[in-house]
Amino acid sequence: MSAEPPVLELRGLEKHFDTSTGFVDVIRDRLTGSDPSYVKAVDGVNMKLRENQVQGVIGESGCGKTTLLRTLIGLYEPTGGELLFHGQPTSEFTSDEWKEFRRQVGLVFQDPFNSLDPKFSVRRAVTEPLEIHGMDYELADIEEMLEMVGLTPAEKYLGRFPSQLSGGEKQRVAIARGLITEPDVILADEPASMLDVSTQAEILNLLNRLTDEFGVSMVYISHDLSTVSYICDRINVMYLGRVVENAPTMDLLSEPKHPYTQALIQSIPIPDPHYDRERAVIGGEPGDPINMPAGCRFKNRCPERMEVCDNKPADVTPEGMTDHSVACHLYYDHPLDESSTKRVEERPLTDGGCDRTGTLPHGSSVVPRGESK
Amino acid sequence: MSDPILEFDGVDIEYETRGGTAVHAVNDASFAIDEHDYFGLVGESGCGKSTIADAVVGGLDENGAVTGGEIRYKGTPIQDYSEKEFNKNIRWTEISFIPQSSMNSLDPVMKLSQQAIEMAKYHTDMSKDEAVERLRELFDVVGLSESRIHDYPHQFSGGMQQRAIIAFALFLQPSLIIADEPTTALDVIMQDQILDHINDLKDDWEISMLMITHDISVVFENCDSMAVMHGGQVAEAGDVVELFDHPRHPYAILLQNAFPDVRYPDRELAIIDGHPPQLREKPDFCTFADRCPWSTQECYDGAPDPRPVAGDEEHLAWCVRADEMEELAADHLRKPEEEHSILEESQ
Repeated sequence: MSAEPPVLELRGLEKHFDTSTGFVDVIRDRLTGSDPSYVKAVDGVNMKLRENQVQGVIGESGCGKTTLLRTLIGLYEPTGGELLFHGQPTSEFTSDEWKEFRRQVGLVFQDPFNSLDPKFSVRRAVTEPLEIHGMDYELADIEEMLEMVGLTPAEKYLGRFPSQLSGGEKQRVAIARGLITEPDVILADEPASMLDVSTQAEILNLLNRLTDEFGVSMVYISHDLSTVSYICDRINVMYLGRVVENAPTMDLLSEPKHPYTQALIQSIPIPDPHYDRERAVIGGEPGDPINMPAGCRFKNRCPERMEVCDNKPADVTPEGMTDHSVACHLYYDHPLDESSTKRVEERPLTDGGCDRTGTLPHGSSVVPRGESK
Repeated sequence: MSDPILEFDGVDIEYETRGGTAVHAVNDASFAIDEHDYFGLVGESGCGKSTIADAVVGGLDENGAVTGGEIRYKGTPIQDYSEKEFNKNIRWTEISFIPQSSMNSLDPVMKLSQQAIEMAKYHTDMSKDEAVERLRELFDVVGLSESRIHDYPHQFSGGMQQRAIIAFALFLQPSLIIADEPTTALDVIMQDQILDHINDLKDDWEISMLMITHDISVVFENCDSMAVMHGGQVAEAGDVVELFDHPRHPYAILLQNAFPDVRYPDRELAIIDGHPPQLREKPDFCTFADRCPWSTQECYDGAPDPRPVAGDEEHLAWCVRADEMEELAADHLRKPEEEHSILEESQ
């Protein structure tokens, strides 16, 4: 670990959306004295992105991955917590600093079919960020960048329009556009998911190579653990707004600790007819992000459910491991009487979401995440 | 081996386009699905796999038509059936269809029970009560709560809608189900549950399935036999295990290696350069030749004929160099050592 501050650091980052849809809702809430309900899309996420590191964020649809990414780039204002860029909180940024921040943070979107302006030639698409940031460039720089992302010969591509490119080529242009301002960080939102398998492999290999060559860090968001594992040094598993497990890729895959991570890994089909895969045992679907259960948000689907799960789990490092953190009550001792850690009787699997009124063990010393510092 | 339930015999499918030209979406496609077999059809977007599914149930777009060859269902050619004949003899009663986007294929303003009654009315002489009762049973089969049969589709999540569609597909006890990307829109965990249900059907319902997907791992896990398509041509077809152990068409070989396997995150992924040709003319060459690292002049001199692999008539590769592939693609055919797998195998 270096003494340098991480390129990007998230401290208990939160983004809650108010679900009141208008004036009437607000008045009704006032009159009835009820709090407006929130969608807790990102709820206390901690992450440290070091230089030249690639971190993956995975989770099911609706778990808040894309909201997290949008908050990182500053499209959403966080409603809580802090986002630090090279140790400097973005909340104190001036507008010039924001502009500089956006030069240093490149973006690659999910859908190359819609993220490029159909009326911009490749040349214009790639030079636009440079123009906006008033950076000097020569045609040779653009050509070099296009060749870097595998669009060779570059002259052939400069004058083309997105409609003349295949999906993979479009995504290469999008990557070139993201890298042209020489950013420190690339934020990639499922950059390979819209592409065919053969093209997907190309883009994954390309991103792998480029992060090495350019020495950039990357946050890579995806729902597909098998592609994430090709790219990322570390993986964060997200469930309903929280990171439930964070570990180096190999550790996470070979020794997943959180029951949710275990289920995710067990659910991935293996391209081998000889392999006998044990199917995941969890049922249901992610719950409703508005009325989330108290405590651990996964508890209603969890095969290991205990009574103590009604408390918010702390981030802990499981015994015998380093550099691996998991938010699950299974992995630390609770100074409680035995009854509260015993398994809850078999419960019917529900579709999740409903708030269960479990008995809250009193006197728990578990410190909720985000308040521990 | 039982008799094939569905046979494709040299089938050509064309879409007419404006200006009198045509797109030759499927060319000389031949394969057979045995009774009680799960058959996987794999290929990238635009290779013609969904066109094949549509053709089986007579659901091609208006400008599309089967222009050559024969599609036989239980031995009877069906490609020239009229709309009426398809409705009477094939659709739902014999072959049912699980479409790609389940979210859009249920009627949003009709209760699910009402949709079942409608289907019963057109295809059977079941009474309303019988139809509802049958839907209730099927909801149980696919793991949905029976109390929800009177719900509207929007009250269901994506995974539940997909289950409801499967229930409808089973409604009239068809012999064959065509599933076009049944799980593509779903999250991994839900995908796994749905596939698990689909797998259970094989034993309990004695059905056959044509499963169309771009995800080769889904086919390897769930199907008995498969075909790989590229650019409107079938590249290789045969038993799943055979095709995994001894792929002989370059595209089938590279496709396998391009697929990320979570057990081996360090493995280099194969890259398939280029893209398939536009099929304005009926291709009289191998459509993979331009992308193939091992192509020769011969590949452009006519569409390849199927060759049995190692004398196995059930395992066919449409490649002129199929016999040489073992040597040529030796680097690609080497499987990763199992000890390097980072997952523990459950046994």
